[in-house]
Amino acid sequence: MRAEPGLWSGRLALGWLIAGEWRFHPARFLVTAVAIAVGVALGFAVHLVNGSALASFDSAVRGVNGSADLSVKATSRLGFDERLYPRVALAAGVAEASPVVQLEARIGTARVTLLGLDILRAAAVTPTLIGVRPRGSDADGAAVFDEASVFLSRAALERSGAKLGAVVTAAANGRAVPLRIAGTLPGVADGSAVAVIDIAAAQWRFDRIGRLDRIDVKVADRPAADAALARMMPGDAVISTAQAQSLQGDALSRAYRVNLDMLALVALLTGGFLVYSAQSLSVVRRQRAFALLRTLGMPRGGVVAAVVAEGVAIGVIGSGIGLSAGYGLAWAAVHWLGGDLGAGYFRGAGAGLVFQPWAAIGFFAIGLLAAIAGSAVPARLAARAAPAAALKNAGDVLDPRQRVAWWPAAGLLIAGGVVSLLPPVAHLPLFGFAGMALLLAGGIAGVPWFARALLAPLARGAIRTVPRQLAIRHLHGAPGEAATALCGIVASTALMIAMATMVTSFRGAVDDWLGQVLSADLYMRTNAGASFDPATRTRLAATPGVARMAFGRQLALTIAPDRPAIALVARPQRGVEDPQFVLIARADALPTGLTPIWVSEPAQRLYRWNPGEVIRLPIGGGTRFAVAGVWRDYARQGGAVLIDEADYQRLTGDTGRDEASATLLPGSDAAAVTQRLRARVSPMLRGQVDITQPAVLRRFALTLFDRSFAVTYLLEAIAILVGLAGVAATMSAQTLAREREFGMLRHLGLTRGQLGAMLATEGAIVGLTGALAGIGLGLVLAQVLIHVINPQSFNWTMDTRIPVGTLVAVAAALTGAAAVTAVLAGRRATSRSAVQSVREDW
Amino acid sequence: MRVSPIVALLAAASLTASAPVPYPVVRPGIALRFPRDHGAHPLFRTEWWYVTGWLRTVDGADLGFQVTFFRSRPPTDPANPSRFAAGQVLFAHAALSDPRIGWLLHGERSARAGFGLAGAGTTDADVTIRDWRLRRYADGHWATQVAAPDFALALNFAPTKPPLPQGQGGFSRKGPQPDAASYYYSVPHLKVAGTVRRGGTSVAVTGEAWLDREWSSNYLQGDAQGWDWTGLNFDDGSALMAFRIRRKAGGTLWAGGSFRRADGTTTVLAPGDIVFRPLARWRSPVTGAVYPVKQALSVRLPDGVRRWVLTPLFAAQELDARRSGLPVYWEGAVRTAGGRGYLELTGYDRALTM
Repeated sequence: MRAEPGLWSGRLALGWLIAGEWRFHPARFLVTAVAIAVGVALGFAVHLVNGSALASFDSAVRGVNGSADLSVKATSRLGFDERLYPRVALAAGVAEASPVVQLEARIGTARVTLLGLDILRAAAVTPTLIGVRPRGSDADGAAVFDEASVFLSRAALERSGAKLGAVVTAAANGRAVPLRIAGTLPGVADGSAVAVIDIAAAQWRFDRIGRLDRIDVKVADRPAADAALARMMPGDAVISTAQAQSLQGDALSRAYRVNLDMLALVALLTGGFLVYSAQSLSVVRRQRAFALLRTLGMPRGGVVAAVVAEGVAIGVIGSGIGLSAGYGLAWAAVHWLGGDLGAGYFRGAGAGLVFQPWAAIGFFAIGLLAAIAGSAVPARLAARAAPAAALKNAGDVLDPRQRVAWWPAAGLLIAGGVVSLLPPVAHLPLFGFAGMALLLAGGIAGVPWFARALLAPLARGAIRTVPRQLAIRHLHGAPGEAATALCGIVASTALMIAMATMVTSFRGAVDDWLGQVLSADLYMRTNAGASFDPATRTRLAATPGVARMAFGRQLALTIAPDRPAIALVARPQRGVEDPQFVLIARADALPTGLTPIWVSEPAQRLYRWNPGEVIRLPIGGGTRFAVAGVWRDYARQGGAVLIDEADYQRLTGDTGRDEASATLLPGSDAAAVTQRLRARVSPMLRGQVDITQPAVLRRFALTLFDRSFAVTYLLEAIAILVGLAGVAATMSAQTLAREREFGMLRHLGLTRGQLGAMLATEGAIVGLTGALAGIGLGLVLAQVLIHVINPQSFNWTMDTRIPVGTLVAVAAALTGAAAVTAVLAGRRATSRSAVQSVREDW
Repeated sequence: MRVSPIVALLAAASLTASAPVPYPVVRPGIALRFPRDHGAHPLFRTEWWYVTGWLRTVDGADLGFQVTFFRSRPPTDPANPSRFAAGQVLFAHAALSDPRIGWLLHGERSARAGFGLAGAGTTDADVTIRDWRLRRYADGHWATQVAAPDFALALNFAPTKPPLPQGQGGFSRKGPQPDAASYYYSVPHLKVAGTVRRGGTSVAVTGEAWLDREWSSNYLQGDAQGWDWTGLNFDDGSALMAFRIRRKAGGTLWAGGSFRRADGTTTVLAPGDIVFRPLARWRSPVTGAVYPVKQALSVRLPDGVRRWVLTPLFAAQELDARRSGLPVYWEGAVRTAGGRGYLELTGYDRALTM
């Protein structure tokens, strides 16, 4: 026979306990479940969208690449010498080689990737890129070598809006060529806009004679092919595989995706705190019920089991709702914002949502875990209380005279600070996030101490009005209750403030930087790969009203096949101060005899190209350069390298330029000069040149910035709402639990108005304390975001800018919300007659 | 008369192409000159080197083989300076008929000429596509190397008789319209020696082959459905070539051929001299096409009508090259009383346009 009855035998009592609680406080349970649901929904949605975006990026890459075993790729759009092709074709281990001319083109307004293929080679290597005429494969031959025929993928056909058989104009590399749509590319994945023409036509019509951009290879013997090809790679080509391409897409946006995932987890964490607050209060309120059951023979574990079972129920319901809401949210996000959530990482890749069962299980588990953890902590506290004492006393178990230990909080904060300083793991700021978690935990652990420290002087001081005195005495005397309410507030406020500070700093830095670099009066830029030849440049520079004109070339340069390409920018640097480049570091002395280049901050951080170092870049057959300085760049996350225009031309032989900045003579009218500039461009080029003023560019850049942070703003707003909901729930629950106290105060002569003032003061103090603690902690977390997470994720640095307006607004909102909720709940709690309220006491 | 379906396909392209390319017209009254005419004639729209024959392995097994190189001049703009310009395109097919396997093994190559990867010499026969090659050496013998996924051939061909010009001294008409014609000569009775490799093992083979050489710019008339063709080496040293072009509506549109006796006297056959009569048909399980794989051939010669029954080595010698976007035809080793050769049947799954 057992000394103590088992949990199982107490199940009836537990059932009543839980069911009763649910029956009388359904809203409270619902709110906590919703808090979990919001976290799970956000996390799952972000994860789904990220997965879908990557999948669609992969499929877009495959669409353009036609899934060759491996490819020899040009490092820039200057391509490589076509005489590499026969050597690759005959290399050991190579079964077939398919030469490709690849151009970024426009058909009408639709952007497409234009591929020039030898159909005879592509048939064996990349069969998905073979065009099919509408009447069936037997008629293929008719347009095989026809120089005026183009085959379009479904996406390209849809986006161009043209019909089969129609003649369209394709613009690329500064040429506009009429082509007849001879058929479709059914093998190309949905969403990839690809156009295929004959390779000879591509070289001829789009001015690419003698150059190739890619050789797709079908291998017979992989190791032999790898070895043989590696030996024959010229300086301007690299060997790439589908896997490397996929990694490139992954690397491009990984930091962004991880940051979003983290943000979503933050929302979940806040939800967990909300559960914790709610359950704590619920446990305190039912302490006497638990104590009664304990004295009647329920084991100690029974109390824990009851509360944890509630947590499980909250978790299951919340996670379940969260998963379905998350799927819907993801669908809407992909539908309205695109697969990269508006960040512009995967332009042109249409995303289809893919359900991920493992992620669903994972997020369900995390939601459940948060709910259980939020319940288990208060349950253990309640179970520890001695039944006899708890039966009598429903008050705060903390003695206000006892000192609150500060060292656990300090320890956690210090640990967090140290951990955040550790270097990134696999280009991800994992330690930064761990540090933030520790700081957050430390901050929350320090909340009781902070609240006491803040209230102690107030409690000692002389307060004239009774309600205020009561309020402060109550808070000071029952610090446990206040601390519980504060945890959720502090957690959500801190994270929100941290994000807001980071985004403000980032946006401010970008805005300042734009102001610095956009110092010219007009900017010209070609699209669809067109370029200004030397004659056009001379003509443009002589336009009346133009004081100075600087021309530049910008092209993507592949340093490694599995990493995003960097931008190579050629601008006149010798003997002129180029305001477009704000140097943040300079080499003291340069090795002589080497061409100088200047690297952008992300390039410096990504490739460890420090000032004074000698590096090799894959242009002009692989040339050595000396890093002369580092410039600030918030535009190109993959990194950029600046080279003097003359050096660039000497090394590559490329005389084209695709961008220009014009400084106008004082008093000239920008609009008139724009028109004159446009008139001086050849008619063929005219449609492919954009001329803009700096204000427009700046606005455009900031719009892009806001777009890419749109989801961040949204997640932030949701975290705030969850936090406020937590404040409201906690305050109202606490107030309702004090009904008898209010009854007694009424007996002692307090008016209802005075009670309301007391509650408003209490709420305001709790809200303000939470806001102050949250803002302080948030500013610390923001430092981690700005100086650790941001540089490690995106490779750019910035100074801190404090969003004072947001801070004040948040503090006011929290204080107000807490006060208003307390008053509203108080009105309900004091509505019954004082006699009735007191009589309930035994 | 060997018009490959592939070449037919490419020729069809020219009908729809925008820029007219001036192709030379095939006219009567030429004299074939060798070795120059063994080499390519790049201005003409199509040309081929077509070797078919019977092989016998050292252990006495019979095999049929086909090695064909096609040259085509697509109607591309000659002004295109690109090295990839498809001014000359080369195709090749190789097939091996082994009755113990029961179906045709085959492989193909194709490439535009250039970059040292593919080309056709103009001074003597020398056609290459990557690792495939057919050429004639200065001593007069021919040789080919081809490697398909399932087999590889390395064969030498030694001529035992002079070339046989077809039609009027090498001018061969293909239809009632006088401009539908080709330049055409054959080299029957080529003595074959070489190796056939299958899997990892090579076997030495000997045998007898037939070479067809033809080039033209204007081939089939619009109402032609396809053709039946045969070339037969007889044991007594005589050789027979006969073809008929079938009308889309049924019946024969045109026919022609020649019979060369061992002493070299040659009879040119007129359309009315040749009758093909199907004796047995075979339905391809893959394409559903029904081929008259066994035929009775009647030829009117000055000394009376001769009849041969053409019996295939086995029925399933259909060449299905649809995988590479090309049509289907039947190209099979056949035997007859006192001789052996090849039978080609085209346009049986659908009409060929020319």
